[in-house]
Amino acid sequence: MKEEKDYIQDIAEIRSMMEHSSKFLSLSGWSGIMAGVYALAGAFIVWMVYDFNPSYLLYGLFEPIPDVFELFIIAMAVLVMALVTAFFDSFRKARSKGEKAWNAVSKKLLTNLAVPLVAGGVLIIAVASAGLVGLVMPLTLIFYGLALYNGGNFTYRAIKILGVVQMFLGLLSCFFIEYSLLLWAFGFGIVHIIYGVYMFSKIR
Amino acid sequence: MKISITGLNKAFESRIRLGIMSVLAVNDIIDFNRLKEYLDLTDGNLASHLKALEKEEFIMVEKSFVGKKPNTRYRLTKAGKKAFDDHLAALEQLIHTQK
Repeated sequence: MKEEKDYIQDIAEIRSMMEHSSKFLSLSGWSGIMAGVYALAGAFIVWMVYDFNPSYLLYGLFEPIPDVFELFIIAMAVLVMALVTAFFDSFRKARSKGEKAWNAVSKKLLTNLAVPLVAGGVLIIAVASAGLVGLVMPLTLIFYGLALYNGGNFTYRAIKILGVVQMFLGLLSCFFIEYSLLLWAFGFGIVHIIYGVYMFSKIR
Repeated sequence: MKISITGLNKAFESRIRLGIMSVLAVNDIIDFNRLKEYLDLTDGNLASHLKALEKEEFIMVEKSFVGKKPNTRYRLTKAGKKAFDDHLAALEQLIHTQK
């Protein structure tokens, strides 16, 4: 006959198996903090060095716009650095727990993140080439938020909340284009850092 | 199917079988290698537990080939889902009454 502690152990096993087989739990706070730092640095560079700060949708049509190609390179650098940090960190964390980072759940998480991001990326290219440069930053926030909300089904719930916050900031900045760089820096920078610190304190 | 007085299913007395059922409860279909990875078992050990659950008709087996490699996948049957849910309810009941 089993004892009470055995039943509690049974339940712990059920819980852990359900969670491990359906959620990717090798994310760490560090990736969030670093992504925030990269984003703040990027936003600071485009603002200081390139004087990029859209104040209306058709930014660049009536005033000189900084070299779009260079801005694009900076945006890409921020993205790539954040992704590399996140991949490396997750890989390290998974290995320290004796798990594989590349498994069926992480594949699901990545595809669920990638679909909204690719759709958003293509839309942003179309919008920017039509001259609506002011919409680029709000749209990156909105689609990033959608991707996180979607991917949140396969990882920590905090990611879903992070997604809603980013989406909200993106929508807000659609109404206040003159603050879009500020809101972008807040969303990708400060909010990421807050999220990172929270995750760091909660799950080590 | 053997059920004890407490309502617990004898088939789930082994924690490994409980683990298998838990994984299948949240994944429609899952292959042998992934199960092995989650439960950290040897092929033989996992296979014998799967056989037992299959005999109870709690899980269904689908065999196919990926290239030349056989790929065995498992899913929960309706009876399996019910048995697992009942088992969870019984566990819950037990813990409540023992408190």
